[in-house]
Amino acid sequence: MSDTTQSGPVLSADGTPLKRSLARALRMQKVRALMLIAPLLIFILLTFILPIADMLFRSVENRIVSDTLSETVVTLRDWDSVNGEAPEEAVYESLYYDLFVAAEAKEHTKLGTRLNYEQTGISSLFRSSGRKLDDIGEDHVKAMEKAGGGALKDEALWFEIITGGASGAGNTALLEAQRTKMAQLTGEDFSADIGFVPGAEFSDLFPRTAMAYTDFALFTAVLDEDVVAEEDPWETVFVAFAQEVQVPGGAEKLAAYTGPGAAELTAAAEALADLEPVSFKASFLDLDEDWGDVGNWRTIQTYSPTYTSGYFLNSIDMQKGVDGAEARPENQQIYITLFKRTMFMSLVITGSCIVLGYPVAWILANLPTRSANLLMILVLLPFWTSLLVRTSAWKVMLQQQGVINDVLVWLGLVADDARLVMINNQFGTIVAMTHILLPFMILPMYSVMQTINPTYLRAAKSLGATNWTAFWRVYFPQSVPGIGAGSILVFILSIGYYITPEIVGGTKGVFISNRIAYHISSSLNWGLAAALGTILLAVVLLLYWAYDKIVGIDNVKLG
Amino acid sequence: MADASTTDAFVEFERVQKSYDGETLVVKDLNLTMPKGEFLTMLGPSGSGKTTCLMMLAGFETATHGDIRLGGTSINNIPPHKRGIGMVFQNYALFPHMTIAENLSFPLEVRGMGKSEREQKVKRALDMVEMGTFGGRRPAQLSGGQQQRVALARALVFEPELVLMDEPLGALDKQLREKMQFEITHLAHQLGITTVYVTHDQTEALTMSDRVAVFNDGRIQQLAPPDQLYEEPANSFVAQFIGENNTLEGVVKEIGQGRALVQLDGGEVIDCMPVNVTEAGQRTRVSIRPERVEYNKERLQEGAHTLKAEVLEFIYMGDIFRTRLRVAGNDEFIIKTRNAPDQVRLKPGQQIEIGWLPEDCRALDA
Ligand SMILES: Nc1ncnc2c1ncn2[C@@H]1O[C@H](COP(=O)(O)OP(=O)(O)OP(=O)(O)O)[C@@H](O)[C@H]1O
Ligand SMILES: [Mg+2]
Repeated sequence: MSDTTQSGPVLSADGTPLKRSLARALRMQKVRALMLIAPLLIFILLTFILPIADMLFRSVENRIVSDTLSETVVTLRDWDSVNGEAPEEAVYESLYYDLFVAAEAKEHTKLGTRLNYEQTGISSLFRSSGRKLDDIGEDHVKAMEKAGGGALKDEALWFEIITGGASGAGNTALLEAQRTKMAQLTGEDFSADIGFVPGAEFSDLFPRTAMAYTDFALFTAVLDEDVVAEEDPWETVFVAFAQEVQVPGGAEKLAAYTGPGAAELTAAAEALADLEPVSFKASFLDLDEDWGDVGNWRTIQTYSPTYTSGYFLNSIDMQKGVDGAEARPENQQIYITLFKRTMFMSLVITGSCIVLGYPVAWILANLPTRSANLLMILVLLPFWTSLLVRTSAWKVMLQQQGVINDVLVWLGLVADDARLVMINNQFGTIVAMTHILLPFMILPMYSVMQTINPTYLRAAKSLGATNWTAFWRVYFPQSVPGIGAGSILVFILSIGYYITPEIVGGTKGVFISNRIAYHISSSLNWGLAAALGTILLAVVLLLYWAYDKIVGIDNVKLG
Repeated sequence: MADASTTDAFVEFERVQKSYDGETLVVKDLNLTMPKGEFLTMLGPSGSGKTTCLMMLAGFETATHGDIRLGGTSINNIPPHKRGIGMVFQNYALFPHMTIAENLSFPLEVRGMGKSEREQKVKRALDMVEMGTFGGRRPAQLSGGQQQRVALARALVFEPELVLMDEPLGALDKQLREKMQFEITHLAHQLGITTVYVTHDQTEALTMSDRVAVFNDGRIQQLAPPDQLYEEPANSFVAQFIGENNTLEGVVKEIGQGRALVQLDGGEVIDCMPVNVTEAGQRTRVSIRPERVEYNKERLQEGAHTLKAEVLEFIYMGDIFRTRLRVAGNDEFIIKTRNAPDQVRLKPGQQIEIGWLPEDCRALDA
């Protein structure tokens, strides 16, 4: 059958529609091409894109609070931070159990450090409280341990009580939940079989106790790699039991309990009869009265969510207040100033590079090849010396007892007791960075100028233009792409420059990148560093976009 | 040969020399006078100094020695932008960052002309080269021929009295080139502009010019109107360079009364017209144009010398036949004959006898 008269799709030789065979053929080509560049693509992805993505992520990521104080952040959610009263007992209760596990895992100091970025003093509060947590419910623990001739000191008995003996049904849901919690807290893998499942009966009656013991069991088996039944349970287990048995209705629950160790537990409950129920709030306030400080709780509440804009607000000298973002106190505002200074100084540096580089590039482009090569070596010479050496050389040149001052004094232009301050300020940074970045301006300018045919200038002159007009109307516009490329290069390089401002900038001449470096390596506030870096990246992209709008990016030529 | 002090001289080169490196002279003793309105072409092989001459006139190179005058005043010390000479560059040199209209308005702007007047002149100049609708485009958006016309319009828009063109048609294809040749000469004559035109295409030179200056080795070899240049070449370089030419070498045997007998190296003797041979015994190169060679005995003069020739190749070229012969040991002897109904078509291997009028056979320097 011939289909030439049909109006259907064109078919290829084997009868499939031509479009589809074409698409298949093209896809094969694409896949092959992709496979060819795959190693490089993966390399770039791993070494370039991923770190940037990671940085972007870190600038908003805030898991540490909810990971460390997983229960507290939930109970704290309902607390009204505005009315000026410290939270309810329930919050302190959650804090006790969260903090205890965190302290065992030594995670509480990290959290303290994190929250200290937002509220000074929290770090030491966490650290000292972590050490003294055992004080909470101490009397109750002692009473229980003494009861029944010290029966509850037996770790094997506890194991049996919680598991509910060999026959009882297990509460795997609780185990899994605690596995997840512990994994989030420590970052370790808790999925291994630990030979322990909390019993259903006991955990239904005394959920808090079962939970505390499960945490202990997971910790012991996975992190300490010990046998659960052979280790003394944490104080939290005792405290939890005391708490649960002393609440109204607790005694009835115990009476209903028939599982292993019922007698011993009853004895312990009787021993507790003389004692007041545990008050977590009062105990925490005993440990440190700062636990009653609303500001601290507000900070914890504000930074509970997994993602936060806090780092970004911090980066622009703001903070999360009671009702939304608010400006930081005057004396804590540094970043906006730093950003402005970085922009301004980068612009000045770019400007001075243009002014100094243009004539050099012009001479390079118009000299006969041999002399041009020689001059080019001089331009490139700085590249062959270490950045540190060059920067240090400027220190020698510019300092008050330095070469330039000496010469000025010798010439009598400057009095010996009024030597110029040219280092450890903006001037020093601008001078040194202009010198260091100059080749990046000259090279693109030179390569663009080289392509400008000298006959254009001759043509302009033959048409009656003076030397200046010919240059300004004919030569200069054609060299603008070189200036653009050089400026973008120098500006972007200088906006993120670190070493030179660090060495010669003093306090007045440092850049935002110095602050980023400080947060990365000294204060370890990576989130803030990431936010600052992200803002820097955004600013650069914004400027790039603006440049594209105003000048046009096709107007940038590197050669 | 140039009369350096004619009163109507507009452009004058007087004993001009030029050296770039202080060792070799690129232009050696150039003397040239152009009256106003003349279309003069500088023709010569590559490196013969044509561009150099043009650049000296335009002011981009200084003459090492000698005087260049424009309208009677020496311009040696006048900077290029004050000379008021229009120039069309070999690569057009249209400013790439300006539109066509801006390119044309540039020379008017630098002369401080008002906006409306500028626009009017730009429009007229563009219309003149039939590019009126292209004012808003950039040079890169035009074809080679269009760019060339714009370059021409730009060189003319400020109404210079002298226009210099350096191989402006070098980059164009044959058809466009021929069209532009016509347009340029037409415009130049219409506007009465004095034009110095540089080319190394001899057909271009012959078809366009009032006079042609043949350059070689930094000297003008001959300065003459095209017909004279072709028919009466002054020396063997010009004879070789302009048109197709057959050369035979020999020694002058006898000379006198506008006739010379030349004995060729093979022993044959032929009649010639002496051009730059003066006495018997001189070596000479004899030059005959291919279309002046005759092999039909009936058309030859009584008693004319003839030479034996063997046909090596016959090439049919449509309007003409081109036949390659072996004559007096020269394998590259060409004759051209018109394709006429009675014309004999020679066959390779055929033995014939050829001859010519003595006036067509010029005895030149060796
Ligand atoms: N700027 C220069 N420096 C040194 N020598 C030069 C320079 N310009 C030209 N020359 C030399 O001068 C001689 C004449 O050059 P010119 O450009 O005048 O030749 P031309 O006749 O225009 O050749 P073409 O037909 O190839 O354009 C050449 O030998 C060239 O090498
Ligand atoms: Mg030339």
